[in-house]
Amino acid sequence: MINKLLDSAQAALADVPDGATVMIGGFGTAGLPDELVMALLAQGARELVVVNNNAGNGETGLAALLAAGRVRKIICSFPRQTDSHHFDALYRAGKIELELVPQGNLAERIRAAGAGIGAFFTPTGAGTELAKGKETREIGGRLQVLEYPIHADFALIKAQRGDRWGNLTYRKTARNFGPIMATAATTTVASIYELAELGAIDPEAVVTPGIYVQRLVCL
Amino acid sequence: MNHVKWTREQMAARVARDIPEGAVVNLGIGLPTLVAAQIPAGFEIILHSENGVLGMGPPPSAGEEDFDLINAGKQPVTLLPGGAFFHHADSFAMMRGGHLDFCVLGGFQVSARGDLANWHTGAPDAIPAVGGAMDLAIGAKKTFVMMEHLTKAGASKIVAECSYPLTAPACVARIYTDLAVLDVTPEGLAVLDRAPGLSHAELEALTGLPLIQQATETD
Repeated sequence: MINKLLDSAQAALADVPDGATVMIGGFGTAGLPDELVMALLAQGARELVVVNNNAGNGETGLAALLAAGRVRKIICSFPRQTDSHHFDALYRAGKIELELVPQGNLAERIRAAGAGIGAFFTPTGAGTELAKGKETREIGGRLQVLEYPIHADFALIKAQRGDRWGNLTYRKTARNFGPIMATAATTTVASIYELAELGAIDPEAVVTPGIYVQRLVCL
Repeated sequence: MNHVKWTREQMAARVARDIPEGAVVNLGIGLPTLVAAQIPAGFEIILHSENGVLGMGPPPSAGEEDFDLINAGKQPVTLLPGGAFFHHADSFAMMRGGHLDFCVLGGFQVSARGDLANWHTGAPDAIPAVGGAMDLAIGAKKTFVMMEHLTKAGASKIVAECSYPLTAPACVARIYTDLAVLDVTPEGLAVLDRAPGLSHAELEALTGLPLIQQATETD
């Protein structure tokens, strides 16, 4: 019998090593798997490379992980927010590396990793500071930049319903990066609010098929 | 000079007038957000939000907020009947793939050839954040910019060459300020409208660039 459900977030994250690349779903706080991130904090892994759209809000979740000094580098599109003071302080003190990526390139690089694409050209960022040092080519009369996929060791995502095979549905805009991050990580850990019986999720409505999910934690 | 600047609401109403029914539109954070309130009731314009929404509706009433349903500025919004949710790669494919009819972005500077700078001042102590600006600027069928004409110090934000880092080169179709509406044309910036009481010569003097006078320009 396939059963991806684990008893706790702690059990789901016990083997995250130091130096791991960890994708964390969410856009601001919507879809950010706070419980999984807090379990990662308690687990103690250090020197992490974190991929998230932002760089933490307030005091919990990603902000707490940053504040504890566990993150060596963050790959994101929009670190600066009114309540991103933990990131801001680390960045100004030179204690965290920032790879700033246009949001669409971030999404597409994650998607490309999940789809086995070696690299792709895109006009986004061409002719700007964020393309410095990158290969460019004119395609279809437009200057385009070569962008590489972003793979991760772990993806921590938040879904709404899931079954023991790992099929997932999401809730409203909390979906955001979850479905693509699930495809790009060796081990995807999804938190769900509701465990569904196998077959109870309408197959036409499954957003993330279970093939992309290795571990489930029901909150 | 005794001209009267347009208010932020008047600027937003002027942008809304140029958006036809049926258009799919992304409104950037800040000033462009005001355009939504100027769309006439019953007029069907589909608002896209980068975090995975088409058919975004107005903010909810107090007590009705759902923090799984937010906009790009992370504020609670609503979904209109017919609206849809999707993940980030799909959302940015809509931008990057040329599926959005219009985007309206804020700006720090726009050059005479339509280069846009709106993500970073380049100041050494500033924390850069780009979000979806570069994807929108190059991806929408038409990119409009909405900004004050002058900085607080009185310098024109419409410039020969942007001094701030670019969001994208040659991407802006039309500029809406509190003093004028300008089209970016191969021949230069053409004036569509001027604020009440502002002559063409005065507008040119404030802008510091030659502007093309059109027969349709009204005083």
